[in-house]
Amino acid sequence: MNGPVDLAVLDRAIVRATQGGLPRVPRPYHTVAEAIGVAPELVIERLRAMLASGAIRRIGVVPNHYRLGWTANGMSVWDVDDARVDELGMRVGALPGVSHCYRRPRRLPAWRYNVFAMVHGRDRAEVEVQVGEIAALLGDAARAHEVLYSTKVLKKTGLRFE
Amino acid sequence: MSRAGPEAAGARTHAPAGIADPVDRAIVNALQGEFPLCERPFAAAAERFGIGEDELIARVDRMISDGTLTRFGPLFDAQKLGGAFTLAAMAVPAADFERVAGVVSAFPEVAHNYARDHALNMWFVLATPTPEGIDDAVARIEAATGLPVHAFPKEREYFVELRLVA
Repeated sequence: MNGPVDLAVLDRAIVRATQGGLPRVPRPYHTVAEAIGVAPELVIERLRAMLASGAIRRIGVVPNHYRLGWTANGMSVWDVDDARVDELGMRVGALPGVSHCYRRPRRLPAWRYNVFAMVHGRDRAEVEVQVGEIAALLGDAARAHEVLYSTKVLKKTGLRFE
Repeated sequence: MSRAGPEAAGARTHAPAGIADPVDRAIVNALQGEFPLCERPFAAAAERFGIGEDELIARVDRMISDGTLTRFGPLFDAQKLGGAFTLAAMAVPAADFERVAGVVSAFPEVAHNYARDHALNMWFVLATPTPEGIDDAVARIEAATGLPVHAFPKEREYFVELRLVA
């Protein structure tokens, strides 16, 4: 890159160069810098800035759930009172075994649930125990719930921005 | 499993022992974040495991190859980078499931696609470079499959796990 560095363009180049992973060599940031034609210090500085802004959630190894023994996963979905959903959603997310917890829109009549909590365990029995903990926490605020188990992975490529 | 972010407390305690080698386990537990940002990050990180730079690189290489790790590097937040993603679902007739799965999975915007045991039996994640791209992809998937797509964009994130205990 010549002339003044456009940070948005530089950040995009760093994303493209690293979204498939960092090189596993002694000086990985130097390799990335060479590939996109900037100084290594600049790559490190921008990675640090993207970490600070939250554009990068973290840098490191990403383990495979299944290989760590978390072989059962259920998407538990809950119809929670709108007046209490945010307070309760935060508490559901804080439970052990819940890996992701979001509020999402209902799609009536096809779909009545507004809270999605992904639950992991070594087997379905362990998932069900944790679903029971969520049910106990939500109490009367939850009018209904279901657990959707995945039966087949049809595609898993991960996110690619461009 | 543990709380999100390096500042958070409370490691999840019921982790299964899926990794037998103690050094591998230490690496997986300690290097899910805070990989050093310096000239020789593997050398800096290796010190805490009592191994050398070359051995840490070799172990990460091996764990990528054998599937213990799905990747190594920065984990980006697509939304903070200007992109968009949403969960979406369809009710696909059983007799037509294979064909529709092929059509849906062929869309580059579909990052993950799972069959699930429910009337809404196909659940996928759409990721696009712009927020407008989501509506466009939904419309094209509906046109290509002849089936309605229900989009479930997140309205609020209560918790996202960033680390697993090995």
